[in-house]
Amino acid sequence: MLYPDTVESEVLVHKPWFVAVMFAAIFALFLTFDLSGTSMGELMRPVIGEPLESGIYGRFAIAFVIAVLFCLNVVLIGFASLRVQITIVWLELLLLFLAFFKTFNLSLPFMAEKLPFLVTQGLFTTIYVSAISIVIASAIAILGAVAKLSTNGFAYAIASFYTSFFRGLPLLMQVYLIYLGLPQLGFIIDAVPAGILALSLCYGAYMTEIFRSGIQSIDRGQWEASRSIGFGFGITMRKIILPQALPVIIPPTGNQFISMLKDSSLVSVIGVWELMFLARTLGQKSFQHMEMLISAAMLYWGVSICLELIQSRIERHYARSKVR
Amino acid sequence: MSEKIIDVRNVSKWYGAFRVLTDVNLTVEKGERIVICGPSGSGKSTLIRCFNRLEAHQEGDIVVNGIPLHDKMRNVGEVRKNVGMVFQHFNLFPHMTVLMNCMVGPMWIKGVSQAEARKTALQFLERVRIPEQADKYPVQLSGGQQQRVAIARSLCMQPAVMLFDEPTSALDPEMVSEVLDTMTGLARDGMTMVCVTHEMAFARAVADRVIFMNAGQIVEQGKPEEFFKNPQHERTKLFLSQILKH
Ligand SMILES: Nc1ncnc2c1ncn2[C@@H]1O[C@H](COP(=O)(O)OP(=O)(O)OP(=O)(O)O)[C@@H](O)[C@H]1O
Ligand SMILES: [Mg+2]
Repeated sequence: MLYPDTVESEVLVHKPWFVAVMFAAIFALFLTFDLSGTSMGELMRPVIGEPLESGIYGRFAIAFVIAVLFCLNVVLIGFASLRVQITIVWLELLLLFLAFFKTFNLSLPFMAEKLPFLVTQGLFTTIYVSAISIVIASAIAILGAVAKLSTNGFAYAIASFYTSFFRGLPLLMQVYLIYLGLPQLGFIIDAVPAGILALSLCYGAYMTEIFRSGIQSIDRGQWEASRSIGFGFGITMRKIILPQALPVIIPPTGNQFISMLKDSSLVSVIGVWELMFLARTLGQKSFQHMEMLISAAMLYWGVSICLELIQSRIERHYARSKVR
Repeated sequence: MSEKIIDVRNVSKWYGAFRVLTDVNLTVEKGERIVICGPSGSGKSTLIRCFNRLEAHQEGDIVVNGIPLHDKMRNVGEVRKNVGMVFQHFNLFPHMTVLMNCMVGPMWIKGVSQAEARKTALQFLERVRIPEQADKYPVQLSGGQQQRVAIARSLCMQPAVMLFDEPTSALDPEMVSEVLDTMTGLARDGMTMVCVTHEMAFARAVADRVIFMNAGQIVEQGKPEEFFKNPQHERTKLFLSQILKH
């Protein structure tokens, strides 16, 4: 929370100067584009006559109408309650996006035909690879964080070498190193396990740092109180320190989960049939690249939204003990 | 025959080159109430934190409840579960309700059932007179209430001795008395206590012995009447005159 002041200030979008500036900016912006050839020009036909021949007057009228609609929209939304505001703005942005995609003239039947395979093979593999990697990375992160905070020289050295190395190399290179390098040592490894291993190790390194800073953020008094009751290291860590560190750890970890979901597309370079790989190959045959890329983009986005929702639920759960 | 709960012999402790404790000798017998006072930085906290080995001492012997404390000991938990400690800044577990704060010790250390731990916890919350706060979280309580929960949390382990490190010095004046009343109640019931505090009225009322520390040494000790009426050392006189001036 930004903890708003209790003194009500006037809503920004209802201040005359703000509306005026906004109007002028939008008006100027659309004056520079010639929209008379688009569907917007068609809509304005009753006012400006034949759009293509309307010239400077047509441009002016179109920009004026857009600026009025935009400002009216913003001012009206300003009256709504917070939740309604958020919903309306989301929907409007989404509509704009759809309008943008519509300009590609996508073939919907083609998308509908390929979508099932994209989901059952591609999305499934993506989620499967990321989910396993996330679990392994979290386990590595807890061990790594404890090692980095310990006074044991070996543990610290190994953990800091590990985080330094895996944060220091590009993930793509790690994928190649593991897939092509391990067989040199005599371990033949399949593409999927190799991908999972690379993702786990790389994200484990980043998350080690997140967990370490989370654990460090807990006041020393909590350790002392826990010890003075008689709890050993295990209980102190699991039941006292980690639960308090979680609210600090969760937001950046949520970021990592979402980022991992998309970075899993890097394992397509070693031939894993995940979402990105399929999106590229399925569209190739009939040169319908955009259809497949946009379908895949929507699927990635959808899963990310699910992760965001889960994260906000967990954050709310941990906010309980902070409420006064 | 009296029973020694804490026995400190010729203890010294250093932080790097700085000597915090110098040749400290002290015994605490069962049922004894001891108040430790002294100027800031004299090593009072450090001394009582050695009693449950939150701090390590380098020279001398400390025996608590029959168990000697040293770096190689395996059963430090055995000592700690018998020694309750109350901190200046309460150090309650903020992610647990007040009731859970009091239940976890017995449940996770002694393996007591949840129902029984709950019964004990409620009983001790009753005793510090805040049973109605049991289901709140620590941040929702006032400082004085939090400190009383901290006392209840320690009592739930049914320790042989309670250590207090300036339990009232982070509190507003009107909350000090509610905590001191709780502590006086404990003393009446025969709890063995070692309190670091500057509350001289409390010391006068409940202490069997007042100990004055300066620069890591025990300078003077005695029964409260004698200690306050005619202190022997110049340093003690100065300290008492400063603290009683207000
Ligand atoms: N971790 C540490 N490292 C170095 N020096 C320390 C450390 N902890 C305490 N000291 C020093 O040891 C001395 C004794 O500290 P201690 O906290 O025991 O004093 P105190 O008598 O409890 O004082 P106060 O009344 O202010 O709480 C102080 O001079 C302090 O600066
Ligand atoms: Mg102190």
